[in-house]
Amino acid sequence: MKQKTLFIVAAVVLVLVFLIGSQTYNRKKAEESAKSIQSNQAYLVRMHSPVLGKDNAPVVIVEFLDPACETCSEFYPHVKQMLSANPDKIKLVLRYAPFHHGSDKVVAALEAARKQGKFWPALEALLKTQHEWAANHTANVDLIWSHLEGLGLNFQKMRLDMLSPEIISIIEQDLSDARALNVTMTPEYFVNGKPLPSFGYQQLVDLVDEAIASAGH
Amino acid sequence: MSTHQRFIMKLFEWLLGKSDMNKENKVWTLIFSAWFVAGISTLGSLFFSEIMKLPPCTLCWYQRIFMFPLSLILPLGLFPLDKNVVRYALILSAAGLLIAFFHLLLAAGVIPESIQPCRQGIPCSKTVISWFGFVTIPFLSMLSFLVIVVLLVLTYFQRLK
Repeated sequence: MKQKTLFIVAAVVLVLVFLIGSQTYNRKKAEESAKSIQSNQAYLVRMHSPVLGKDNAPVVIVEFLDPACETCSEFYPHVKQMLSANPDKIKLVLRYAPFHHGSDKVVAALEAARKQGKFWPALEALLKTQHEWAANHTANVDLIWSHLEGLGLNFQKMRLDMLSPEIISIIEQDLSDARALNVTMTPEYFVNGKPLPSFGYQQLVDLVDEAIASAGH
Repeated sequence: MSTHQRFIMKLFEWLLGKSDMNKENKVWTLIFSAWFVAGISTLGSLFFSEIMKLPPCTLCWYQRIFMFPLSLILPLGLFPLDKNVVRYALILSAAGLLIAFFHLLLAAGVIPESIQPCRQGIPCSKTVISWFGFVTIPFLSMLSFLVIVVLLVLTYFQRLK
């Protein structure tokens, strides 16, 4: 009887220490990252980034996106829906965080499509067909072309543009900004400079609603 | 004699079987202590990977494969007391100890890079945590496995009627 009590108490103590330790650690981490994001606000929005929505919208969502990331493609239609549900209120700024192997080349292709004014249709086509060109967490840029047909893109010009130093430097800039802002996973959202308290669609909706409400006053 | 010394004396007496504590109690306490160490190590490694988000390297995974079951198997030998649990637990902890030892040598640079088993992903030779200059994650792992092995070996040599 005494042994059983000892065992149960020990097990409960172990689990409690773990839970309290996790809480403490997470709180400390959140404070630290909030501080570093606060001091790195300048890295959030760059002139070169693709933007969706009205320029003077009061709510700015900055999304760090990897075209080869599954969760990004799952979130994308929801974010677009949020934009259309709140016309003139939300602006989406896309930043690249091509963490998947080979994904930087796909970003370059998207930037090349942007030069032909077809960025958003190209992005949507690729996100929709992602499983066909990004299997096993590896993006294969050679497989994207068939999915871009019908958008009226000049592929030859795209292939040349993809190698341009301008596009390569955009990707490098975004990656280094992602590092400065502690972005290690995609998608990562910042709503008016504030990161999600924890990852999840509901958290994003709450943060956006809060920003819209405070902008209304 | 200080209390500290007296405690160590008592511990040795107890371990060598001179104490009057009953044998079953002793075996139970030894297995319980081994379980407690395994429990701390299991939760500790989960803390590193799930809370601190440190990705475990290949060798770490192998050590986890041998550590996690210990925290589940050992309590089975406590209720009801079953010394045979040593047979199942010792083989796991001995395997874990060997891997932890190998990992420690690798991290210390005693074993050269060329025979490193994990070249892709997270290198096992990379030190992510270092407390007081020598307490690294493979060090903690090796320490836990060593304590568990010693406790289980001591259990093995206790004779129950």
